[in-house]
Amino acid sequence: MPQVSMTVNGKAASGEIEGRTLLVDFLRDNLGLTGTHVGCDTSQCGACVVHVNGKDVKACSVFAAECEGAEVVTIEGMAGPDGSLNAVQQAFQDHHGLQCGFCTPGMVMTAAALLQKNPKPSESEIRDYLEGNICRCTGYHNIVKAIMAASGQDAGQVAAE
Amino acid sequence: MYAFDFERPSTIADAVKALGQDDAQALAGGQTLIPSLKQRLAMPSKLVSLAGIDEMRGICVDDGGRVCIGGATIHADVAAQEHYPALAALAGNIGDPAVRNRGTIGGSLANNDPSACYPSAALASNATIVTNTREIAADDFFTGLFETALEDGEIITEVKLPVPEKAAYMKFEQPASRFALVGVFVAKHSDGVRVAVTGASNGGVFRWTEAEEALSSNFSADALEGMSADASNMISDVHGSGAYRAHLTGVMARRAVTAAG
Repeated sequence: MPQVSMTVNGKAASGEIEGRTLLVDFLRDNLGLTGTHVGCDTSQCGACVVHVNGKDVKACSVFAAECEGAEVVTIEGMAGPDGSLNAVQQAFQDHHGLQCGFCTPGMVMTAAALLQKNPKPSESEIRDYLEGNICRCTGYHNIVKAIMAASGQDAGQVAAE
Repeated sequence: MYAFDFERPSTIADAVKALGQDDAQALAGGQTLIPSLKQRLAMPSKLVSLAGIDEMRGICVDDGGRVCIGGATIHADVAAQEHYPALAALAGNIGDPAVRNRGTIGGSLANNDPSACYPSAALASNATIVTNTREIAADDFFTGLFETALEDGEIITEVKLPVPEKAAYMKFEQPASRFALVGVFVAKHSDGVRVAVTGASNGGVFRWTEAEEALSSNFSADALEGMSADASNMISDVHGSGAYRAHLTGVMARRAVTAAG
């Protein structure tokens, strides 16, 4: 079987894969990084979003073999080494930006990607950027508030309740 | 998915060689192909990834003022370029941000999904599709539903798009898939107007010649008042009847003309 090597959350990672092995399966099954979730497996829901070379992508729709040599960051790479939450994660906790929590890893990774490009997004820019992330508890208002707060803006600006 | 071998060449020449084998299939961004493979709609013996080919990525402007986009350039990069604003707007509204970070212009054109956005831009812009062997005019490239003039193993290496004097794309989005229920790209060139429609026809993307004639003499939404496309070959499905799509074609064309200014 072919070998793939990449950097995941700052550490070298490699393993034997099949051509058809998806990145999300490599992360979960080979590396045991089960924080990246598989929701729909059809690139609709965004629960599997990770960063590959700094870009947010759906790990269910990328082959592991395509990521040879890539820098991959998953939800496990967001907190500090001591377990302290980063700003986006902390804001999700503070604003209860989740209900069941299944979509949360993808929401946090997508939000982090947005804030890297656009440090002070408006409410509509946040909602637009979350187009590919589906929360079936439909708790979007608190997710949007959390992202407003994580970007240092007033979460109270999010009017809808 | 059925099992397949995987190759990741770093030059066009090596990719063409790898695609020369039976049942080998090119993999661009994979945002259509990977879901199709999961549904076992395709059974390639080998996937040849085009993502590692540096010479197929990037955007520049040639001596003739055409925007030249490498075939493996992702939607997000097309959305970020400033040479052709109407094309940037179209690319920035495909799928969602994560899809735009993988999907490519060459992959979209080669697939020629009847509801994809890019084919309308290529056709309305009078683009030239460059492959590893030849140049194909957009008018000759799109030959039907998921059908193009590409031969087996032929790769889109670049797309050259003349920048119109005025242009805009308006998409009536199918909200679940984010594909176009109907999308209309209007482009006013120095030698006439081209109007391309996606999402609507059983034959895939097409030029709406009646609208082109009306707009070439009077480039305003009023020139299209009361016009709608021929409904006889329109897609009819759970999302909308053929008559509805024909009506939407007129509506979206008027909106596009207004947006183009």
